[in-house]
Amino acid sequence: MRVSLDQDKCVASGQCVMAAPEVFDQRDEDGVAVLLAVEPAEGDADDVRHASAVCPVLAIHVEE
Amino acid sequence: MTAHAGNIPPTALSEEPPEFPMPRASGCPFDPPPPLRERQREGALTRVRLWDGSTPWLVTRYAEQRALMADARLSADITRPGYPSGAPVPPRGNSIGFILMDDPEHARLRRMVTAPFAVKRVNAMAPRIQRIVDELIDAMLAGPRPVDLVEAFALPVPSMVICELLGVPYADHAFFQENSKTIINREVTQEQRSAALGRLTDYLDGLLGEKLRAPQDDLLSGLAERVGGGELTRREAAQMGVLLLIAGHETTANMIALGTLALLRHPEQLAALRDTDDEKLVSGAVEELLRYLHITHSGRRRAVLEDIEIAGETLRAGEGVILANDIGNRDPSAFPGDPDTLDIRRDARHHVAFGYGAHQCLGQPLARLELRIVYGTLYRRVPTLRLAAELEELPFKHDGSVYGVYELPVSW
Repeated sequence: MRVSLDQDKCVASGQCVMAAPEVFDQRDEDGVAVLLAVEPAEGDADDVRHASAVCPVLAIHVEE
Repeated sequence: MTAHAGNIPPTALSEEPPEFPMPRASGCPFDPPPPLRERQREGALTRVRLWDGSTPWLVTRYAEQRALMADARLSADITRPGYPSGAPVPPRGNSIGFILMDDPEHARLRRMVTAPFAVKRVNAMAPRIQRIVDELIDAMLAGPRPVDLVEAFALPVPSMVICELLGVPYADHAFFQENSKTIINREVTQEQRSAALGRLTDYLDGLLGEKLRAPQDDLLSGLAERVGGGELTRREAAQMGVLLLIAGHETTANMIALGTLALLRHPEQLAALRDTDDEKLVSGAVEELLRYLHITHSGRRRAVLEDIEIAGETLRAGEGVILANDIGNRDPSAFPGDPDTLDIRRDARHHVAFGYGAHQCLGQPLARLELRIVYGTLYRRVPTLRLAAELEELPFKHDGSVYGVYELPVSW
């Protein structure tokens, strides 16, 4: 699995951090999402799919 | 053939758009108005009639709601032609900030206040929120019975929390709670709403002045610093403060009181929540109650900027769209099984209670944390909590743009 994140679209709702805390974090200055792992571990794959599904601005793209 | 009221065929009558908002069924205080369910069965889109005679689209199904809320061809700007406002549009410059603006201005302003609501920053507040919740329960248990849970607990918890985060003195709570209540009442006059908004904006403006002189470690001081640096005007900063103050306490307070009522009416669900050691069940209950109760029952409103083809219809530029997320959260295609049943074990995390798209609630990590702590604490500490009034006697907020109960008498 490969993940990409469009920070320009991000509205800092924190959904991805709640869904997949191992793979996403937020910038201190404005809460914009940060990708911690472009190729997440197998065990985090479901959480990442959920993060992508709940992102309110479709800023998370997952390639299986 | 002449047409008059007596011989219009029934189909033509049923095509007359129904008035919106619609009343709930009596005796079903947790369910969306029944006509919304009927419309949803018929299709994703329908027309409704507003107070001013306009007939915007009403979107009833979950999938189409999500697609449209993420669509930049819809505008949240209340001054756009076709915007389906719930009341006369206030004069420019008298709004409550960026929730009624579009990008890029919306994004610029929103990003100025998102940092304190980031998940880790919010989660670091957990011990403080737990202490607030515990102390309010101590005081309630030491006081007389029955007690109004709204006044004793549901309203103070989020008010105290948002006051600390923003840097607003909680001692002023009677003032800002009263004015907030007026602003979000959908049956007050435009004059009453504007006056209340003016009083709160002036109040926040005064606080910003204090923060400019003597900055503290709080959100308003951060805004004051940006005012000092010329990034935004003091008026804009005050309006953002008003927005965060209202959104920060009214919504969560209603979820606490109405959520407690819903659980008291579903004793087996309440028992499961009270007796569990599983934090996942508590957070699952938070998501399910957000879905099931959907307190922002006035619909999310947008104006169409460019023609949009969806669900076999064309939304034309200049038309209004109302996204009825309350019935969207009861859509059987998104929430299989019986979506009208409260089930705290359901996976409800994809609900649209906080909206979706660029305007999705920025305070949701805080709201979720407060609700997890409240739902995870109140019923364990007061295991015999019970309603001290008949359901039919309770004053529900049918007139509020946010739904809930004005009072909730409880005993134990």
